[in-house]
Amino acid sequence: MKNKSLVSITDYSKDEYLRIISIAGEFEKQPVQPIMQGKVVANLFFEPSTRTRLSFESAVNRLGGRVIGFSDTLSSSVTKGETLYDTIKIVSSYCDLIVMRHPLEGSARFASELTTVPVINAGDGANQHPTQTLLDLYSIYKTQGTLENLTVFIVGDLKYGRTVHSLLMALSQFKTTFHFISPDELKIPDEYKFYLHRLGLDYHERKELAVDVEKADIIYMTRVQKERFSDPIEYEKTKNAYVLKNKMLARTKDNLKVLHPLPRVSEIEQDVDMNPKAYYFEQARNGVYVRQAIMTSILGLK
Amino acid sequence: MLHMKDKKMEVSAIENGTVIDHIPAKVLFKVIAILGLDHIDKPITFGTNLDSKKLGKKAIIKLSETFFIDKDINKIALVAPQAKLNIIKNYTVVEKKIVEVPDEIIGIAKCVNPKCITNNEKIVTKFQVISKTEVQLRCHYCEKITNQENIEII
Repeated sequence: MKNKSLVSITDYSKDEYLRIISIAGEFEKQPVQPIMQGKVVANLFFEPSTRTRLSFESAVNRLGGRVIGFSDTLSSSVTKGETLYDTIKIVSSYCDLIVMRHPLEGSARFASELTTVPVINAGDGANQHPTQTLLDLYSIYKTQGTLENLTVFIVGDLKYGRTVHSLLMALSQFKTTFHFISPDELKIPDEYKFYLHRLGLDYHERKELAVDVEKADIIYMTRVQKERFSDPIEYEKTKNAYVLKNKMLARTKDNLKVLHPLPRVSEIEQDVDMNPKAYYFEQARNGVYVRQAIMTSILGLK
Repeated sequence: MLHMKDKKMEVSAIENGTVIDHIPAKVLFKVIAILGLDHIDKPITFGTNLDSKKLGKKAIIKLSETFFIDKDINKIALVAPQAKLNIIKNYTVVEKKIVEVPDEIIGIAKCVNPKCITNNEKIVTKFQVISKTEVQLRCHYCEKITNQENIEII
């Protein structure tokens, strides 16, 4: 993993997922360790993402490293028309590791091929956001004690949600049974169903959130965005069908946890927050430990 | 009857050159564009909407005094993967070739995704071929799939 860029979740093997999870567990026990002293991380955020950027910065700071970079393109030379090519070439000589968020898909792969400095993709458009997936895996592992043979419900926008597709790819290594719950407009794309079929994995697809919920180990909620609907009336009709309410959790398994990549809008009612099965805020905190694990692995420090 | 047939043969036969057969009729003009045939000054004969058991409607191109290197001809595999070439010397077929879809396509096609970095910055495109019969290309950069009907040649 040393010096290897993390652009796409499929860049890592199952063993590498488990290795990151194990190191993240160590950082959770002892988050402050000065092992990145003298290391400079360039945080290049070509579009704003406060949550992800702060999570990376927090991870670096707790390890004693330093962060340079920008949080949007208004304050960088990109506004002057600099190409991504030039930005990466220049920044590479200033740092030991690049973390980048960019609105264009494939930008992180391109960047990783321009430099010998490893690149961590912190989101390239609708394509990939692998550190989110690894923190999802860590959260699932931590709450279930395993990643093997779980039943995972994924709810909401399964068509466009990049976290959903990456999570599916990663979990499919662990014999997961999937339940896909979405409106017709936002169904999981066929290519992913073919993929699961080829692996011989069991999956179920339906429109109703309340059905079979007692089978779930994990409910992974996502946002159903208005702009995804061609017909606004259709959106108004469907949006309430994908809202998780506290009373729906009454019959669920004791080990069930509700996850959400956040930000949430209205798809989880606030009364769920008080339920011990709600895990999305802890999930966000896990992001720091997981990013500590990813960065130190890539830098060869762990 | 026999006389008529002979006469027809004479019109379409070429002395030296290349015959590209088994082109799906609907992609004839794409093939013309890919091979840059609109810039060739040698005689060219096109036939299209001809009956074909395999393709339904097929097209054929006969090019006098024109020969291709494999690298160039394989570019048409993206739109006409079943195309066949006959190399003609002195009215005789001296070589038959099939076009081959390579495993990787570099720099020929455009990624279908407008948000792909390759459509926004000066980058040579690169695709993994994930299906060769109905050609499907996965962009090395944005990972989106470009289907045969969306393939646009650069």
